[in-house]
Amino acid sequence: MSAVLFDVPGPRSIARYRMAGVLGGLVVFGVLGYVAYRFYDTGQFDGRVWNWLQYEQVQRDLLDAVKNTLRAFAFGAILALAFGAVFAAGRLSEHAWLRTPAMLVVEFFRAVPLLILIFVFYYGLPSAGLKMTPFMALVLGLMLYNGSVLAEVFRAGILALARGQSEAAYALGMRKTQVMTQVLLPQALRAMLPAIISQLVVLLKDTALGFLITYAELLRYAQIIGSQFQFGRPLVPVFLVVSAIYITLCLLLTWLATYLEARNRRVRRVRGLPTAPTELAPEQPPMVMPRGGAPV
Amino acid sequence: MGEFWGVLANNTDLFRTGFGNTVKLFAMASVGSMVLGTVLAMMRVSPVPVLRWAGTAYVTVLRNTPLTAVLFFLVFAYPLLQILRLSFFEAAAVGLMVYTAAFVCEVVRSGINTVDVGQAEASRALGLTFIQTLGSIVLPQAIRSVVPPLTSVQIALLKNTTIAAGFSVAEAGAIRDYLSERGENVLYGLIWVAIGFLILVIPLTLLQRNLERRWRVAR
Repeated sequence: MSAVLFDVPGPRSIARYRMAGVLGGLVVFGVLGYVAYRFYDTGQFDGRVWNWLQYEQVQRDLLDAVKNTLRAFAFGAILALAFGAVFAAGRLSEHAWLRTPAMLVVEFFRAVPLLILIFVFYYGLPSAGLKMTPFMALVLGLMLYNGSVLAEVFRAGILALARGQSEAAYALGMRKTQVMTQVLLPQALRAMLPAIISQLVVLLKDTALGFLITYAELLRYAQIIGSQFQFGRPLVPVFLVVSAIYITLCLLLTWLATYLEARNRRVRRVRGLPTAPTELAPEQPPMVMPRGGAPV
Repeated sequence: MGEFWGVLANNTDLFRTGFGNTVKLFAMASVGSMVLGTVLAMMRVSPVPVLRWAGTAYVTVLRNTPLTAVLFFLVFAYPLLQILRLSFFEAAAVGLMVYTAAFVCEVVRSGINTVDVGQAEASRALGLTFIQTLGSIVLPQAIRSVVPPLTSVQIALLKNTTIAAGFSVAEAGAIRDYLSERGENVLYGLIWVAIGFLILVIPLTLLQRNLERRWRVAR
């Protein structure tokens, strides 16, 4: 197979690639082997530091910590989607008195680090007489930051649609709200679903910031268990378990995105058949990347 | 209003060292992540399967782990492995670097993939060497689609440096700690920190949008 950088290899190239494969494999396995040896040498594979997993109380608490993480994620995600929808609508408004404030709000919350926002709610507001629980501060921060990014995603999705879509809808005599909710949004949402879900993965990862304001989420629980002397301070094993949980949760969400994307493509192809001439399919599947500091 | 300005005026030393450390951390992690990310991208597009798998595994793990967890590992768990001692600052720089490198890798890789295969095939058919193909055909086109998203990744890195404050690094995110020790108004202090970040981030955002607009490639 020919790639951008490499032609179809001939016999000499194949031999060279094999050599590189063997050398690269040696380096990769050497690094992994060294890390595994360090784990072994410092006793991270001992049963003693893995014992904590067997205690029923620990398992229950771990599950509670996961639930707390998911709770912050669920509240944050729903609020961020709502916030994003409202502010995307604001930014797309025809009235400058709506458009400008919406733009300023979105740009402000995208430029300020999420942790600083969370700190403002948790440490700053009490000095203005407003006390917040760690959960509220975390969810508010997640809502404002990810909501602003999502607002840009929604807006980009709607702007990426062919102009003829809204023109045709107006020509049919639809009102502004009808054009938005019945013509533009359904198409934009379908095209934007992967981008929306990858932003939700970011939101899920950002719940770990709750660790820094003592919210009892997964990482905080990892620290509590990891510093217990009766379990032999199992920080490394606990970290391995907790990061495996995070990776699993994020991958599940990512797979959902891939699945939806694949289904989406199938739907479009079927609807593009000549038997359905009334279908208002965009000429090209819109490809829009969220702009700004979204991807991390 | 006087108190609001006072928080900044009475603690300029704090803000200066805080943002100084933030910029230092950002500069180190930024350069490191771009080098490591490019190496990873090279591994992921190489014709050698082992290297491709290693690159993919790295990116999958690091992209799906929260940065807070990466720093947690480096600060609390890593010292137990007794490999190489890292100060808090070094640990934060390494953590930001390895985390961001995964995102840089994806940007560079997708940038290389946006170049049409026919471009390289045509240049090879013309008899250009690998280096010539890379240097005068593929890279000039790839860079245009890499630099704007790479700028976004670096903006995110700049904002992510604040997380290091939770792991004993005295940068801008930690200014709050010192302010509350000095009995200053924390809310005002945090608003000043936010303004500081706006000053740092907005020029980068404008640069990124400008590049995105000017370098948009019609394919």
